[in-house]
Amino acid sequence: MGYSKDQLLARLKELQIEFSQYEHPVVLTVEAQAKYVGNMGGVLSKNLFLKDKKHRYYVVSALADTKVDLKVLSQRLGLGKSGLRMAPEEALSEILQVPLGCVTPFAVVNESARHVSLLLDQGFKTQKCCIFHPLSNDMSIFLNAQGLDKFLKSVGRNPSYIDLEANPPVGKDQPPDLAALVPSDSPVLSDLPEKAPSSQDCTGKSVGAAINSAAVTAKAVKPSGNAQNVKEKPVDSVRPSIPAADAGKFVEELLDRASALLLSEISEDSIKQHGGQLGDEVANNIKKCLREDLKNLATIFKNTAYTEGFYAGTRYQPKRL
Amino acid sequence: MEKTEDKNQQQEEEQVVNPWEVSAKDGGKIDYDKLIDKFGCQRLDQSFVDRVQRLTSRPPHVFLRRGVFFAHRDFNDILDAYERGDKFYLYTGRGPSSEALHLGHLIPFMFTKYLQDAFKVPLVIQLTDDEKCMWKNLSVEESQRLARENAKDIIACGFDISKTFIFSDFDYVGGAFYKNMVKVAKCVTYNKVVGIFGFTGEDHIGKVSFPPVQAVPSFPSSFPHLFSGKDDLRCLIPCAIDQDPYFRMTRDVAPRIGYHKPALIESLFFPALQGENGKMSASDPNSAIYVTDSAKDIKYKVNKHAFTGGQDSIEKHRQYGANLEVDIPIKYLNFFLEDDAELEHIKKEYGAGRMLTGEVKKRLAEVLTELVERHRRARAAVTEEMVDAFMAVRPLPNMFD
Repeated sequence: MGYSKDQLLARLKELQIEFSQYEHPVVLTVEAQAKYVGNMGGVLSKNLFLKDKKHRYYVVSALADTKVDLKVLSQRLGLGKSGLRMAPEEALSEILQVPLGCVTPFAVVNESARHVSLLLDQGFKTQKCCIFHPLSNDMSIFLNAQGLDKFLKSVGRNPSYIDLEANPPVGKDQPPDLAALVPSDSPVLSDLPEKAPSSQDCTGKSVGAAINSAAVTAKAVKPSGNAQNVKEKPVDSVRPSIPAADAGKFVEELLDRASALLLSEISEDSIKQHGGQLGDEVANNIKKCLREDLKNLATIFKNTAYTEGFYAGTRYQPKRL
Repeated sequence: MEKTEDKNQQQEEEQVVNPWEVSAKDGGKIDYDKLIDKFGCQRLDQSFVDRVQRLTSRPPHVFLRRGVFFAHRDFNDILDAYERGDKFYLYTGRGPSSEALHLGHLIPFMFTKYLQDAFKVPLVIQLTDDEKCMWKNLSVEESQRLARENAKDIIACGFDISKTFIFSDFDYVGGAFYKNMVKVAKCVTYNKVVGIFGFTGEDHIGKVSFPPVQAVPSFPSSFPHLFSGKDDLRCLIPCAIDQDPYFRMTRDVAPRIGYHKPALIESLFFPALQGENGKMSASDPNSAIYVTDSAKDIKYKVNKHAFTGGQDSIEKHRQYGANLEVDIPIKYLNFFLEDDAELEHIKKEYGAGRMLTGEVKKRLAEVLTELVERHRRARAAVTEEMVDAFMAVRPLPNMFD
């Protein structure tokens, strides 16, 4: 459930942020908004909801007069010359949970917008009063950059103000200056080795191959209920391809590794060599080889499960008395 | 921490080892025996390794077996107390100066994870973002960002979240922690820090007042949410030996303010790919293997840049064998190849000239690739929420289980 306008206003008051509000008929554009609140002493903002090729989202909030060049911005973020485009309407309702024409920096209060990067025009900082929509287009609120910062920090965001009109060169020796503002999702596991390296201490290259294919074919799972995840294709290239806090997948991975190792240990040679003792020999080898690996997997599983619980715990609502 | 002239030695004649500079005599090798003598710490001999094995009922870590962690202070006290049933906690840290971590950075963390698992004890990890902000002139935001990024790689080493607290100085300094900082600061004169850290009149006051920040995690009362009521709890600090002068200061102060001296267990330096005399530097990506390197990168770096002790030609090599003293692949295998028997075999065959450099390099590339792959997969599972959870000031009720 997305935050409502009233909840936002209540939160601002709780945080003792100075602001004023003005109701007006629903507006979908800055021009329309200007008709109602343009002469009240504040500076209008224009807000863009953007998306890049890797399904990462950005809210760019600028003074209405600031020129925003998407091509330049895209390069400065390290996305190439045409990496940024306007996000589709569905994303607006799913991720920002605001209606059309209502993009606003305040939308990051929603959990679904957790991974949306927020880029703010440094021009806001010198204005006495800036105008935004408070999650609804039938109202405008007026506050200064300090107030906005206070709100953003209260929801765990570190406000990033940038010069949106700057056009620094981006090349081999000049890294994209805004690269740090690209949402840091888990890195893509696109460069798994072509030849699977053989595990130490264990015979057979098939072990490595099994591990490799298990990693590639295991379905992607991300633990916390992220609205972004719901809409994305099942095998998402951005998400990690290892079992997270999913017990079923975790067990499958363990069984895959154990059986791959088992199969590699049983061959004509090893049968000849050990005969009836092959069972003991294989059992010992499996334990020796897999012990540390499996413990590591188990620790990752434990940490992920704990994190889910912790996350839920910090957001739980105490019983009403 | 900046490089500075060591006032107590002539650099041309002696080796220099302190938190900012490590260099051998005449461009040769570091003499670790001399270092132990000069610092006054103890060698970690085989009897310790055996004792650890007995106490923890598991094979000792490869770094212990191979003498990578080779020196200590009061580790026997820690073990005596442990045998009596008195536990301890671990303290280690990182100065987040860069995003790219290489294998040398991981070594203390890999060993600390083993200690956590083997002894079943809690761990605090300090990210000195304030230090890097001051010494490397990073912005506050950038150093905080790097701290979080480095935390992800640290978490990927496999620490147990129910027994580990990671904190950044910018977030955590204050309260009980700060009270201890003041207690420590009162016991160290300006002249003393100048002597230890080489500060000059030109250095800003931030640097001069930083050392207590790194000292107080050695004292359990700095973490009231973890160790409240356990003022007697001992601390063990795994670190590289260049940090020793720094903790000497802490050990000097501890009894004066009523705390146990922290114990230390110290490691050798991890050599650069180009050899013991080379320097691993962030500006030369070929001087080290990074955790973000692909299998191809690793193969390339090992083949093209690793300094070897092999002879110039195959005939000479078969005749004289390899010089294991300077061979980097052998040294790296010493750190990372688990199987003792295999390592012995390789050393024997290579030293006799029966095995060629190419084979050793191939094996090394395999070992490193597996290590880096495992790390990357673990890193991919670390979410922002997980970092938040590791860094949250929360109780750890099962920290000794």
